Amino acid sequence: MQENRARDHRTVRNLTLPIWVIGLIPIILLAALVVAFLVYDPTSPFRASFPPVEELTVERIAVVPDGLQVHVVNGGPSPVTIAQVLVDEAYWQFTAQPSLTIPRLGRATLHIPYPWVQGEPLEIALITETGLTFNATLKVATLSPTPDARFVGTFALLGVYAGVIPVYLGLLWYPALRRASQHWMHFLLSLTAGLLLFRGVDALQEASELAGQISGAFQGIGLIVIGVVASFLGLTAVGQWTSSSRGAHGEAFGRLLLAYFIALGIGLHNLGEGLAIGAAYSLGELALGSFLVLGFTIHNTTEGLAIVAPVSRDRISIGHLLAMGALAGGPTILGTWFGGFVYSPLLAVLFLAIGAGAIFQVVYEVIKLIARATQKPLTDPASFAGLMAGLLIMYLTGLLVVV
Amino acid sequence: MSEKGKEIPISRRDFLKASAVGAALVGGVGLARLRPDASPAGTLPPTQGGPDHEHGHDPHSPMANMAVGDVDPAVNGFDPSAILTDFDYGVPTTLPNGGTLREYTVVAADKEIEVAPGVKFAAWTYNGRVPGPTIRCREGDRVRVRFINAGSHPHTIHFHGIHPANMDGVFEIVDPGKEFVYEFDAEPFGLHLYHCHTLPLKRHIHKGLYGGFIIDPKVDRPPARELFMMMNGFDTNFDGENEVYAVNTVAFHYAKHPIQIKVNELVRMYLINITEFDPINSIHIHANFFNLYRTGTSLTPDAFTDTAMFAQAERGILEFKYKFPGRYMFHAHVSEFTELGWMGIFEVVE
Repeated sequence: MQENRARDHRTVRNLTLPIWVIGLIPIILLAALVVAFLVYDPTSPFRASFPPVEELTVERIAVVPDGLQVHVVNGGPSPVTIAQVLVDEAYWQFTAQPSLTIPRLGRATLHIPYPWVQGEPLEIALITETGLTFNATLKVATLSPTPDARFVGTFALLGVYAGVIPVYLGLLWYPALRRASQHWMHFLLSLTAGLLLFRGVDALQEASELAGQISGAFQGIGLIVIGVVASFLGLTAVGQWTSSSRGAHGEAFGRLLLAYFIALGIGLHNLGEGLAIGAAYSLGELALGSFLVLGFTIHNTTEGLAIVAPVSRDRISIGHLLAMGALAGGPTILGTWFGGFVYSPLLAVLFLAIGAGAIFQVVYEVIKLIARATQKPLTDPASFAGLMAGLLIMYLTGLLVVV
Repeated sequence: MSEKGKEIPISRRDFLKASAVGAALVGGVGLARLRPDASPAGTLPPTQGGPDHEHGHDPHSPMANMAVGDVDPAVNGFDPSAILTDFDYGVPTTLPNGGTLREYTVVAADKEIEVAPGVKFAAWTYNGRVPGPTIRCREGDRVRVRFINAGSHPHTIHFHGIHPANMDGVFEIVDPGKEFVYEFDAEPFGLHLYHCHTLPLKRHIHKGLYGGFIIDPKVDRPPARELFMMMNGFDTNFDGENEVYAVNTVAFHYAKHPIQIKVNELVRMYLINITEFDPINSIHIHANFFNLYRTGTSLTPDAFTDTAMFAQAERGILEFKYKFPGRYMFHAHVSEFTELGWMGIFEVVE
């Protein structure tokens, strides 16, 4: 084995080529193969006997006063031409921007002047040149929001209720936490880990659900992997970069940093959730219920608890608490704006994944903190009970909001 | 065409969406702004009507429910406006017994046709058109149809009428490249049809292998403006439901190219239903009534009405006159079919 490696080493050295040339050889060969493939086209017998594969995805149906705007993406291998449009099984006049023929991975917006009825669903079918149909459902026809002052304000308010208020409510536990004993602290920290773990997995599930709705060409699951890994490793790197100052300023400063980290992670997560909220309106998928709002507030209040748990033994200023609350809750508002006005399921998947990755990173940090304090992380009774309690709280408050 | 909605389980994300509105409720200020029925913009536009100047379309105009564009007859190789009146009397010769022999040639061939503007359909055709040639003769004529199968699948011609079993086009399958001669005496007089009877039957019919077969009575019907119309449909995505409905194949053709008739001119419409997948089709003519001769086998009308229903292969002769000039719609009184292409316009002129 060793001998082999030595011989390989010698062989490479004997070539005396610069390393970048050796690195380029496979790429040059690949390019040559691609050219040969395109020139001789061994797949032509297949294509001759099969009709072209078409795949259109309707990403969004916006309702405007005089009709509908349908946003279409071509995720198939070849260009697709939309020949006709059916609304509720009726041919309808329409115009397309920029063109009726959509190139691969291209987009088009169809304007259909249609007398929609407030509150009723609509079924849209796009008939392509080859006679294939692609269907999309508008669950409730209601005027789509436009970014005017009225809707900007309303969406901000939504973000405040969905993200900011629950976070600050949770932060109010801070004085109580400060009086907790060392034993209770371990319990509370692992409770935080449990709460966040549930949240992260939940965000992943939402992302993968949404990934199923976007065009296959955009590889939703791949996007999730990219988002999760990028945010997890990105936050880890930032954490290590600041670790020197952590050492300089002592343990207390480290715990404060961790609290900010958790706030940032939750903030990234709430950005994704805000997107989903804004999208609810823009996609016309609405249901009303004050019971749901109350459940939602309870569900999200745990976010604030998670932030202050690491610093419960320290004295931190009200300014820090306000800043952490803004960092965690504020992005919800950005998310609702974005989701409401320019909703794109593709970006929603990415942001939900980034949020999930951030949450997992925070869970990792919290577990490290517990590990430093107790010798057996998560298996001592207090930590185990805390983790399970965190998961169960999320599960039970989740039950409140499932209709 | 309809597809039943799927049950979608409610996820946390759905809940978030729901709560978003709920949050606005709690917010109070947001309530009036979010609830669509409280927004003046939400209630008024769709019901206000009136032309939309920005896009040049009035969504309530009868012409808003219409395919975009037009089908070029040169591309299809046949024109639905011409099919109205191009009856094929064959090549007549006199038989030794004094009767008339009429010889026709029908060729089956695969052909891509446009059934709505821009929507291609891989059809099977008789003589390169859908519907096939309208074969017309007189009661008692000897009919001889030379059938050549130039298509890629076995086909036949099954005539409706009275004839011997071996002329029925069911058991005598004509393979690609082969021929068959159908020969029989034309009876009874009336409006009939022919179609392919090869299996799978639905597919061989709905892909376009059908046409009209008119046997005139020994004594001519009164002179009239005669129009041939075959109600048909096309399942362009092969899901067992039609995406296109029409008379004479092209959706909305006679809405885009109205049929001109004269005031008080007797119009005789030969109307056949060949629509696949749907149990019935129907016709309604606007602002008028017609005499209906079911199957055209009697010279006494069966009904005086403005709407008539036909199952597949049922047909009837409609006779009517328009008293007033103007534009009159005619269409299936199955609104779904109307909106999916089976609608036309009579332009009645002085």
